[in-house]
Amino acid sequence: MLKELTKGIIKENPLFVQLLGVCPSLATTGSLTNALGMGAAFTMVLIGSNLIISAIKSFIPEQVRIPSYIVVIASLVTVIEMLMEAFVPDIYAALGIFIPLIVVNCIILGRAEAFASKHGLWSSLQDAVGMGIGFTLALAIIATFRELLGTGKLLGIPVLGAAYHPMLILILPAGAFITMGFVFAAVNYLRQRNEVRHG
Amino acid sequence: MDSTFGIIFSAIFVTNIILSQFLGLCSFLGVSKSLKNSLGMSAAVAFVMILATILSWVIYYLFLVPYDLVYLKTLVFILSIATLVQLVEMFMKKNMPTLHKAMGVFLPLITTNCAILGIALINVQRDYTFAQSITNAIGTAAGYTMAIVLFSCLRERLEGPEMPQCMRNLPIALITASCMSIALMGMSGIH
Repeated sequence: MLKELTKGIIKENPLFVQLLGVCPSLATTGSLTNALGMGAAFTMVLIGSNLIISAIKSFIPEQVRIPSYIVVIASLVTVIEMLMEAFVPDIYAALGIFIPLIVVNCIILGRAEAFASKHGLWSSLQDAVGMGIGFTLALAIIATFRELLGTGKLLGIPVLGAAYHPMLILILPAGAFITMGFVFAAVNYLRQRNEVRHG
Repeated sequence: MDSTFGIIFSAIFVTNIILSQFLGLCSFLGVSKSLKNSLGMSAAVAFVMILATILSWVIYYLFLVPYDLVYLKTLVFILSIATLVQLVEMFMKKNMPTLHKAMGVFLPLITTNCAILGIALINVQRDYTFAQSITNAIGTAAGYTMAIVLFSCLRERLEGPEMPQCMRNLPIALITASCMSIALMGMSGIH
Protein backbone atom coordinates (compact mmCIF):
# COMPACT_ATOMS: atom_id res chain seq x y z
CA MET A 1 0.00 0.00 0.00
CA LEU A 2 2.97 2.27 0.45
CA LYS A 3 4.67 1.34 -2.80
CA GLU A 4 4.38 4.88 -4.22
CA LEU A 5 6.33 6.04 -1.20
CA THR A 6 9.27 3.67 -1.36
CA LYS A 7 9.95 3.86 -5.10
CA GLY A 8 11.32 7.42 -4.90
CA ILE A 9 13.93 6.54 -2.31
CA ILE A 10 16.07 4.05 -4.21
CA LYS A 11 14.54 2.55 -7.33
CA GLU A 12 13.54 5.86 -8.92
CA ASN A 13 15.76 8.19 -6.91
CA PRO A 14 15.36 11.59 -8.59
CA LEU A 15 19.04 12.50 -8.52
CA PHE A 16 20.92 9.21 -8.88
CA VAL A 17 18.56 7.40 -11.22
CA GLN A 18 16.60 10.09 -13.04
CA LEU A 19 19.50 12.62 -13.08
CA LEU A 20 17.21 15.53 -12.27
CA GLY A 21 17.97 18.45 -9.99
CA VAL A 22 21.70 18.53 -10.58
CA CYS A 23 22.22 22.25 -9.92
CA PRO A 24 21.13 22.41 -6.26
CA SER A 25 22.85 19.11 -5.51
CA LEU A 26 26.19 20.67 -6.41
CA ALA A 27 25.57 24.10 -4.98
CA THR A 28 24.07 23.29 -1.59
CA THR A 29 26.14 20.31 -0.53
CA GLY A 30 29.12 22.17 0.88
CA SER A 31 27.86 21.37 4.36
CA LEU A 32 25.43 18.78 5.65
CA THR A 33 23.31 21.46 7.35
CA ASN A 34 22.73 23.26 4.05
CA ALA A 35 21.97 20.03 2.25
CA LEU A 36 19.35 19.06 4.82
CA GLY A 37 17.86 22.57 4.71
CA MET A 38 17.63 22.40 0.93
CA GLY A 39 16.14 18.91 1.11
CA ALA A 40 13.51 20.05 3.60
CA ALA A 41 12.54 23.12 1.56
CA PHE A 42 12.38 21.01 -1.58
CA THR A 43 10.25 18.32 0.08
CA MET A 44 7.78 20.86 1.44
CA VAL A 45 7.33 22.47 -1.96
CA LEU A 46 6.96 19.08 -3.63
CA ILE A 47 4.34 17.86 -1.12
CA GLY A 48 2.38 21.10 -1.53
CA SER A 49 2.53 21.11 -5.32
CA ASN A 50 1.66 17.42 -5.67
CA LEU A 51 -1.33 17.81 -3.35
CA ILE A 52 -2.66 20.99 -4.96
CA ILE A 53 -2.18 19.78 -8.51
CA SER A 54 -3.73 16.44 -7.74
CA ALA A 55 -6.71 18.23 -6.15
CA ILE A 56 -7.34 20.66 -9.02
CA LYS A 57 -6.29 18.40 -11.90
CA SER A 58 -9.82 18.10 -13.32
CA PHE A 59 -10.25 21.90 -13.53
CA ILE A 60 -7.07 22.64 -15.46
CA PRO A 61 -7.50 22.79 -19.23
CA GLU A 62 -5.06 20.52 -21.05
CA GLN A 63 -3.46 23.34 -23.09
CA VAL A 64 -2.45 25.57 -20.19
CA ARG A 65 -1.48 22.89 -17.72
CA ILE A 66 2.27 23.60 -17.65
CA PRO A 67 1.85 27.34 -16.92
CA SER A 68 -0.72 26.48 -14.25
CA TYR A 69 1.71 24.08 -12.60
CA ILE A 70 4.40 26.75 -12.67
CA VAL A 71 2.07 29.25 -10.98
CA VAL A 72 1.25 26.75 -8.22
CA ILE A 73 4.92 25.85 -7.70
CA ALA A 74 6.13 29.46 -7.78
CA SER A 75 3.53 30.51 -5.19
CA LEU A 76 4.56 27.69 -2.88
CA VAL A 77 8.22 28.53 -3.30
CA THR A 78 7.50 32.15 -2.38
CA VAL A 79 5.71 30.99 0.78
CA ILE A 80 8.56 28.65 1.77
CA GLU A 81 11.10 31.37 1.03
CA MET A 82 9.34 33.80 3.40
CA LEU A 83 8.97 31.14 6.11
CA MET A 84 12.65 30.24 5.90
CA GLU A 85 13.71 33.88 5.99
CA ALA A 86 11.66 34.33 9.17
CA PHE A 87 12.48 31.14 11.07
CA VAL A 88 15.85 29.82 9.86
CA PRO A 89 17.65 32.96 8.61
CA ASP A 90 21.10 31.29 8.70
CA ILE A 91 20.15 28.50 6.34
CA TYR A 92 18.19 30.99 4.22
CA ALA A 93 21.29 33.14 3.84
CA ALA A 94 23.51 30.15 3.07
CA LEU A 95 21.22 28.71 0.40
CA GLY A 96 20.63 32.16 -1.10
CA ILE A 97 19.39 32.12 -4.65
CA PHE A 98 18.82 28.37 -4.70
CA ILE A 99 15.59 28.69 -2.73
CA PRO A 100 13.76 30.79 -5.37
CA LEU A 101 15.34 28.54 -7.99
CA ILE A 102 13.35 25.57 -6.66
CA VAL A 103 10.75 26.96 -9.10
CA VAL A 104 12.72 25.71 -12.06
CA ASN A 105 13.75 22.44 -10.41
CA CYS A 106 12.80 19.84 -12.97
CA ILE A 107 11.91 17.21 -10.37
CA ILE A 108 8.93 19.18 -9.07
CA LEU A 109 7.51 20.02 -12.48
CA GLY A 110 8.28 16.47 -13.58
CA ARG A 111 6.32 14.92 -10.70
CA ALA A 112 3.41 17.29 -11.35
CA GLU A 113 3.26 16.35 -15.01
CA ALA A 114 4.09 12.65 -14.73
CA PHE A 115 2.37 11.74 -11.49
CA ALA A 116 0.15 14.23 -9.62
CA SER A 117 -1.90 15.13 -12.70
CA LYS A 118 -2.88 11.49 -13.12
CA HIS A 119 -3.28 10.18 -9.57
CA GLY A 120 -5.37 10.83 -6.48
CA LEU A 121 -4.45 12.80 -3.38
CA TRP A 122 -3.20 9.89 -1.26
CA SER A 123 -0.92 8.46 -3.96
CA SER A 124 0.39 11.92 -4.82
CA LEU A 125 1.22 12.61 -1.19
CA GLN A 126 3.13 9.33 -0.96
CA ASP A 127 4.92 10.06 -4.20
CA ALA A 128 5.95 13.52 -2.97
CA VAL A 129 7.19 12.27 0.40
CA GLY A 130 9.13 9.44 -1.25
CA MET A 131 10.76 11.66 -3.86
CA GLY A 132 11.50 14.27 -1.19
CA ILE A 133 13.23 11.72 1.02
CA GLY A 134 15.10 10.30 -1.96
CA PHE A 135 16.40 13.70 -3.02
CA THR A 136 17.29 14.73 0.54
CA LEU A 137 19.12 11.44 1.03
CA ALA A 138 21.08 11.95 -2.19
CA LEU A 139 22.04 15.49 -1.13
CA ALA A 140 23.01 14.24 2.33
CA ILE A 141 25.29 11.55 0.90
CA ILE A 142 27.20 14.05 -1.26
CA ALA A 143 27.31 16.62 1.55
CA THR A 144 28.62 14.07 4.06
CA PHE A 145 31.63 13.31 1.88
CA ARG A 146 32.29 16.95 1.14
CA GLU A 147 31.95 18.28 4.66
CA LEU A 148 33.68 15.39 6.41
CA LEU A 149 36.72 15.27 4.12
CA GLY A 150 36.76 18.98 3.32
CA THR A 151 36.64 20.33 6.88
CA GLY A 152 36.92 17.30 9.18
CA LYS A 153 33.55 18.25 10.68
CA LEU A 154 30.02 17.00 10.35
CA LEU A 155 27.05 19.32 10.98
CA GLY A 156 29.65 21.78 12.23
CA ILE A 157 30.93 19.41 14.95
CA PRO A 158 34.57 18.27 14.69
CA VAL A 159 34.64 14.54 13.98
CA LEU A 160 37.98 13.58 12.52
CA GLY A 161 40.15 15.24 15.17
CA ALA A 162 43.01 17.71 14.92
CA ALA A 163 45.42 15.24 13.31
CA TYR A 164 43.30 15.18 10.13
CA HIS A 165 44.42 17.63 7.50
CA PRO A 166 41.26 18.84 5.72
CA MET A 167 41.12 18.68 1.92
CA LEU A 168 39.84 22.21 1.45
CA ILE A 169 39.18 21.71 -2.24
CA LEU A 170 36.18 19.53 -1.51
CA ILE A 171 34.13 22.38 -0.14
CA LEU A 172 35.03 24.61 -3.11
CA PRO A 173 33.14 24.43 -6.43
CA ALA A 174 35.71 22.08 -7.97
CA GLY A 175 35.17 19.66 -5.10
CA ALA A 176 31.44 19.58 -5.78
CA PHE A 177 32.02 18.35 -9.31
CA ILE A 178 34.59 15.76 -8.35
CA THR A 179 32.56 14.35 -5.44
CA MET A 180 29.47 14.14 -7.61
CA GLY A 181 31.50 12.39 -10.32
CA PHE A 182 32.72 9.70 -7.93
CA VAL A 183 29.31 9.27 -6.28
CA PHE A 184 27.72 8.78 -9.71
CA ALA A 185 30.46 6.32 -10.63
CA ALA A 186 29.74 4.34 -7.46
CA VAL A 187 26.01 4.32 -8.23
CA ASN A 188 26.75 3.12 -11.78
CA TYR A 189 29.07 0.43 -10.46
CA LEU A 190 26.46 -0.90 -8.05
CA ARG A 191 23.78 -0.84 -10.70
CA GLN A 192 25.91 -2.66 -13.28
CA ARG A 193 26.88 -5.29 -10.73
CA ASN A 194 23.20 -5.79 -9.89
CA GLU A 195 22.31 -6.17 -13.56
CA VAL A 196 24.98 -8.82 -14.04
CA ARG A 197 23.74 -10.72 -11.02
CA HIS A 198 20.06 -10.61 -11.94
CA GLY A 199 20.20 -10.26 -15.67
CA MET B 1 34.18 45.52 -9.40
CA ASP B 2 31.25 47.62 -10.56
CA SER B 3 32.91 48.97 -13.68
CA THR B 4 31.86 47.51 -17.02
CA PHE B 5 35.12 45.64 -17.42
CA GLY B 6 34.99 44.43 -13.84
CA ILE B 7 31.52 42.98 -14.22
CA ILE B 8 32.33 41.23 -17.48
CA PHE B 9 35.65 39.84 -16.27
CA SER B 10 34.12 38.64 -13.04
CA ALA B 11 31.15 37.03 -14.80
CA ILE B 12 33.38 35.11 -17.20
CA PHE B 13 36.25 34.00 -15.00
CA VAL B 14 35.73 34.60 -11.30
CA THR B 15 32.08 33.74 -10.76
CA ASN B 16 31.56 31.67 -13.89
CA ILE B 17 27.90 30.76 -14.05
CA ILE B 18 28.52 27.05 -14.54
CA LEU B 19 31.86 26.29 -12.97
CA SER B 20 31.48 28.29 -9.79
CA GLN B 21 27.79 29.11 -9.40
CA PHE B 22 26.36 25.78 -10.62
CA LEU B 23 23.53 27.29 -12.65
CA GLY B 24 22.40 25.82 -15.95
CA LEU B 25 24.03 22.46 -15.37
CA CYS B 26 21.29 20.41 -17.02
CA SER B 27 22.02 21.98 -20.38
CA PHE B 28 25.76 21.99 -19.68
CA LEU B 29 25.79 18.22 -19.18
CA GLY B 30 22.96 17.50 -21.61
CA VAL B 31 23.91 19.17 -24.88
CA SER B 32 27.68 19.27 -24.55
CA LYS B 33 28.30 16.01 -26.38
CA SER B 34 28.97 17.78 -29.66
CA LEU B 35 30.54 21.13 -30.44
CA LYS B 36 27.80 22.09 -32.88
CA ASN B 37 25.02 21.69 -30.33
CA SER B 38 27.00 23.58 -27.73
CA LEU B 39 27.37 26.55 -30.04
CA GLY B 40 23.64 26.57 -30.83
CA MET B 41 22.82 26.34 -27.16
CA SER B 42 25.21 29.15 -26.24
CA ALA B 43 23.68 31.44 -28.83
CA ALA B 44 20.18 30.68 -27.56
CA VAL B 45 21.24 31.22 -23.94
CA ALA B 46 22.91 34.53 -24.75
CA PHE B 47 19.84 35.71 -26.61
CA VAL B 48 17.31 34.71 -23.96
CA MET B 49 19.51 35.88 -21.10
CA ILE B 50 19.78 39.41 -22.46
CA LEU B 51 16.07 39.49 -23.28
CA ALA B 52 15.09 38.15 -19.88
CA THR B 53 17.36 40.64 -18.13
CA ILE B 54 15.78 43.59 -19.92
CA LEU B 55 12.28 42.30 -19.25
CA SER B 56 12.81 41.45 -15.61
CA TRP B 57 14.56 44.74 -14.90
CA VAL B 58 11.70 46.74 -16.43
CA ILE B 59 9.04 44.74 -14.59
CA TYR B 60 10.89 44.88 -11.29
CA TYR B 61 11.58 48.62 -11.19
CA LEU B 62 8.46 49.82 -13.01
CA PHE B 63 5.83 47.61 -11.40
CA LEU B 64 6.99 45.55 -8.46
CA VAL B 65 8.95 48.20 -6.56
CA PRO B 66 6.41 51.08 -6.86
CA TYR B 67 3.52 48.83 -5.80
CA ASP B 68 5.52 47.13 -3.04
CA LEU B 69 5.13 43.68 -4.58
CA VAL B 70 8.79 42.70 -4.46
CA TYR B 71 8.00 39.39 -2.77
CA LEU B 72 6.24 38.25 -5.95
CA LYS B 73 9.40 38.53 -8.04
CA THR B 74 10.05 34.80 -8.45
CA LEU B 75 6.52 34.16 -9.68
CA VAL B 76 6.37 37.18 -11.97
CA PHE B 77 9.83 36.63 -13.45
CA ILE B 78 9.32 33.00 -14.37
CA LEU B 79 5.93 33.65 -15.96
CA SER B 80 7.04 36.68 -17.94
CA ILE B 81 10.22 35.00 -19.14
CA ALA B 82 8.31 31.88 -20.22
CA THR B 83 5.71 33.94 -22.07
CA LEU B 84 8.31 36.08 -23.77
CA VAL B 85 10.33 33.10 -24.97
CA GLN B 86 7.18 31.49 -26.32
CA LEU B 87 6.28 34.65 -28.26
CA VAL B 88 9.80 35.07 -29.60
CA GLU B 89 9.83 31.48 -30.74
CA MET B 90 6.55 31.89 -32.63
CA PHE B 91 7.78 35.11 -34.23
CA MET B 92 11.07 33.50 -35.20
CA LYS B 93 9.41 30.45 -36.69
CA LYS B 94 7.30 32.62 -38.97
CA ASN B 95 9.74 35.37 -39.94
CA MET B 96 13.24 33.98 -39.49
CA PRO B 97 13.13 30.29 -40.37
CA THR B 98 16.90 29.86 -40.77
CA LEU B 99 17.64 31.35 -37.37
CA HIS B 100 14.83 29.31 -35.89
CA LYS B 101 16.34 26.19 -37.32
CA ALA B 102 19.73 26.95 -35.80
CA MET B 103 18.64 27.72 -32.28
CA GLY B 104 14.89 27.19 -32.17
CA VAL B 105 15.02 23.72 -30.70
CA PHE B 106 16.94 25.02 -27.72
CA LEU B 107 14.59 27.90 -26.93
CA PRO B 108 11.82 26.02 -25.08
CA LEU B 109 14.51 24.09 -23.23
CA ILE B 110 16.04 27.15 -21.66
CA THR B 111 12.82 28.78 -20.54
CA THR B 112 13.08 26.76 -17.38
CA ASN B 113 16.87 26.83 -17.30
CA CYS B 114 17.97 28.00 -13.88
CA ALA B 115 20.72 30.16 -15.37
CA ILE B 116 18.18 32.52 -16.93
CA LEU B 117 16.00 32.99 -13.86
CA GLY B 118 19.15 32.99 -11.73
CA ILE B 119 20.65 35.96 -13.58
CA ALA B 120 17.39 37.89 -13.40
CA LEU B 121 17.30 37.36 -9.63
CA ILE B 122 21.02 38.05 -9.11
CA ASN B 123 20.79 41.37 -10.99
CA VAL B 124 17.98 42.50 -8.73
CA GLN B 125 19.71 41.20 -5.60
CA ARG B 126 22.87 43.16 -6.36
CA ASP B 127 20.90 46.38 -7.09
CA TYR B 128 22.45 46.71 -10.53
CA THR B 129 21.44 49.63 -12.73
CA PHE B 130 19.96 48.90 -16.13
CA ALA B 131 23.33 49.19 -17.91
CA GLN B 132 25.05 47.06 -15.27
CA SER B 133 22.37 44.38 -15.56
CA ILE B 134 22.82 44.15 -19.31
CA THR B 135 26.61 44.05 -18.88
CA ASN B 136 26.26 41.26 -16.37
CA ALA B 137 23.97 39.31 -18.71
CA ILE B 138 26.46 39.66 -21.58
CA GLY B 139 29.39 38.64 -19.40
CA THR B 140 27.51 35.68 -17.98
CA ALA B 141 26.48 34.50 -21.43
CA ALA B 142 30.11 34.78 -22.54
CA GLY B 143 31.17 32.75 -19.50
CA TYR B 144 28.56 30.13 -20.30
CA THR B 145 29.75 29.93 -23.91
CA MET B 146 33.37 29.59 -22.87
CA ALA B 147 32.62 26.81 -20.40
CA ILE B 148 30.31 24.76 -22.62
CA VAL B 149 32.42 25.08 -25.78
CA LEU B 150 35.64 24.04 -24.03
CA PHE B 151 33.78 21.29 -22.22
CA SER B 152 32.28 19.85 -25.39
CA CYS B 153 35.72 19.73 -27.03
CA LEU B 154 37.04 17.82 -24.02
CA ARG B 155 34.06 15.51 -24.03
CA GLU B 156 34.53 14.57 -27.67
CA ARG B 157 38.02 13.44 -26.67
CA LEU B 158 36.71 11.39 -23.77
CA GLU B 159 34.84 9.03 -26.10
CA GLY B 160 38.06 7.30 -27.12
CA PRO B 161 40.21 6.29 -24.15
CA GLU B 162 39.59 3.20 -22.10
CA MET B 163 38.26 3.59 -18.60
CA PRO B 164 36.28 1.53 -16.09
CA GLN B 165 32.77 0.96 -17.38
CA CYS B 166 31.18 2.73 -14.41
CA MET B 167 33.12 5.95 -15.11
CA ARG B 168 31.84 6.37 -18.65
CA ASN B 169 29.70 9.34 -19.66
CA LEU B 170 28.48 11.40 -16.73
CA PRO B 171 31.00 10.57 -13.96
CA ILE B 172 34.05 11.29 -16.10
CA ALA B 173 32.33 14.39 -17.50
CA LEU B 174 31.81 15.71 -13.97
CA ILE B 175 35.43 15.04 -13.06
CA THR B 176 36.51 16.89 -16.22
CA ALA B 177 34.30 19.81 -15.20
CA SER B 178 36.01 19.72 -11.83
CA CYS B 179 39.41 20.16 -13.49
CA MET B 180 38.05 23.14 -15.44
CA SER B 181 36.75 24.60 -12.21
CA ILE B 182 40.18 24.19 -10.60
CA ALA B 183 41.71 26.05 -13.54
CA LEU B 184 39.35 28.97 -12.93
CA MET B 185 40.15 29.03 -9.21
CA GLY B 186 43.41 30.71 -10.14
CA MET B 187 41.35 33.78 -11.03
CA SER B 188 39.50 33.95 -7.76
CA GLY B 189 41.95 36.31 -6.07
CA ILE B 190 41.50 39.05 -8.67
CA HIS B 191 39.35 41.98 -7.60
